[in-house]
Amino acid sequence: MTDLTTVPDATATSPRPPLLEARLLTKHFSIGGGFFGRKKLHAVDDASFVINRGEIVALAGESGSGKSTIARLLARVYKPTAGEIYYDGQPLSRMRTRRSSQAYRSDVPMVFQDPFSSLNPAYRVSHGIMRGLRLHRPDLRTDAARSAEAARVVEAVGLFPAADILERYPHELSGGQRQRIGFAQALAYRPKLILADEPVSMLDVSIRIGVLNLMSKLRAEAGVSFLYITHDIASARYVADRMLIMYAGHIVESGPTESVLARPKHPYTQLLLSAVPDPRAPLTVGADTDRGEPPKVVDPAPGCRFRFRCPLAIEVCHEVTPALRLLGVGHTAACHVAEPDADLAPATGAPTETT
Amino acid sequence: MSSARILEVRDLQVTYDSARGGVRAVDGVDLNVHRGEFVGVVGESGCGKSTLLFAIAQLLSPPAAITGGSVLFSGRNLVTLNDKQLRAMRWRDYSVVMQSAMNALNPVRSIGQQFQDTLEAHRDTPVSDDRAVEVMRLVGIDPIHLKSYPHQLSGGMRQRAMIAMALLFTPDLIIMDEPTSALDVVAQRSLMVQIKELQRELGFAVIFVTHDMSLVSHFSDNLLVMYAGQVAEIGPTRQVFDSPAHPYSRGLLDAFPSIRGPRVELTGIPGSPPDLAQPPTGCRFHPRCPLVKERCLVEEPALYPVGTAYARCLWHAPHSLSLSDPIPLQIAVETA
Repeated sequence: MTDLTTVPDATATSPRPPLLEARLLTKHFSIGGGFFGRKKLHAVDDASFVINRGEIVALAGESGSGKSTIARLLARVYKPTAGEIYYDGQPLSRMRTRRSSQAYRSDVPMVFQDPFSSLNPAYRVSHGIMRGLRLHRPDLRTDAARSAEAARVVEAVGLFPAADILERYPHELSGGQRQRIGFAQALAYRPKLILADEPVSMLDVSIRIGVLNLMSKLRAEAGVSFLYITHDIASARYVADRMLIMYAGHIVESGPTESVLARPKHPYTQLLLSAVPDPRAPLTVGADTDRGEPPKVVDPAPGCRFRFRCPLAIEVCHEVTPALRLLGVGHTAACHVAEPDADLAPATGAPTETT
Repeated sequence: MSSARILEVRDLQVTYDSARGGVRAVDGVDLNVHRGEFVGVVGESGCGKSTLLFAIAQLLSPPAAITGGSVLFSGRNLVTLNDKQLRAMRWRDYSVVMQSAMNALNPVRSIGQQFQDTLEAHRDTPVSDDRAVEVMRLVGIDPIHLKSYPHQLSGGMRQRAMIAMALLFTPDLIIMDEPTSALDVVAQRSLMVQIKELQRELGFAVIFVTHDMSLVSHFSDNLLVMYAGQVAEIGPTRQVFDSPAHPYSRGLLDAFPSIRGPRVELTGIPGSPPDLAQPPTGCRFHPRCPLVKERCLVEEPALYPVGTAYARCLWHAPHSLSLSDPIPLQIAVETA
């Protein structure tokens, strides 16, 4: 059964604040035209979520839904247009010193999608890892100590013999091995949270599982949390404790993985699930009329952003942007129409996740 | 399948010339495709599936070349035809839809202009004046987009436009190289359903290459699983999925986490595909095979019938392996 003990209870019961929390996180980009005709692309609007210690959270949605923008906001590549990110209770916007930003970067590194362009082809594997160690690990004072640590992280991601791997150039490694080096580089910082942006989508099906298992292993052994960004729901189910579903810049559903998959509340989540090919299940018909054309979120009017594709849309969906409502145990969805689980206590109908 | 055979690939071999000598990327592949059939070709990167497809379409360029075998298509051996003869057949008798429509379409010409180029190249084959409009409607794009440039269309629409172009002359065969891999899951599903519907309506055959075995599970009639340049298993899709005969097919299937079944730990397939410059002795899959026996290291398997499928695995040979066969030393140690 679903392990409900890992479901976050936000800040209420725990003496420590959550590892990372986003509140009403928003990012708009100016696009097109002249100075006066500026339009705003709403990449992310009012995203609120929590990532707890030792938790793997999957962020799923179609391309253009804002998944990667959230990762980049968390990695401080972008500054939020509005909203705040709290790391260990501290707001990032007030993190001003070079030392504190560097400490955050080493606590929250990123692993990229493309293992073929994220490693410098001109340097040996050891280069990137040793550089990270020099920058982020002042506790390692000698080259010998750093080399030993580099060997340790390479072995931790399942590459042997470490000394041999460290001497190789990226082109001498397979795609799966390169992606493991990406994780080794992140691991060298002794991270608390790894932002993994589609880490397996460029890999062959046969080796994806290995990288997913690696994430579970690093969580179990080093207590690292993960934000696992993906469009592959099946792989999200395989590794994640909780799922966030994004659509057109909004988080439209959030909850324990098994709950979201067994009882999807949002019509978009239902569409997404019906489209996943599952050779073990008979062909289901349902997604066939939907073309999968994502909306452009330029200067959007209020209302649910899924309403034009939604089979359930009613009048209110065209006027009021739905907020996340509690519809199951730890399970919320932003939909005016969705029904709560039968076993959910009737008193708890209020929006959550905005703590 | 009782209908006519339109494509017959016999003992096809493709060799890449390399500094280390010839690398045989496709090694003795046989394949029959019937009218209106959907054949899925699956395997990991580097197993030769795209090379096979390019060889069938006669699109190989140096250092790759066909070094043996034949490709019989509507009564002619494509391997022996010259460029001019092939040009006359392309688009008209068979067409190819590439993986990345963004790269396959010319960015500085509108979709309509590119359709026009294709139509003009085959002026001897008359089609109706508004054929471009017809095919756009067929794939479900508003014909107004004939005036659009590729960058103005979404990824799904570009891929549909490519398929529309492939349908201009209603060919007998459309060869598709991972046409949905750049699309999101909902768009991917919608495109697959549409390809299947068009096929039912127009009767063309499809060879569909993908690394995602689950994608074709509900759409292909027959499935070809390639490994190391050879056919590892070929047979009716349902049979291959329900009872894979080759350990490699089983491994590929088990590499997919399910979204509905029980949540179990998976292992994928350990190791990586072999270097084809020095393929392993005996069965090419033996270094990664969980069922390997000593005989697999020395004896090269042929394709053996298993039900209505064929598998290249000694477990299905007439004098097949049995559990009493000695297990190679290194495996015995690992399982101990």
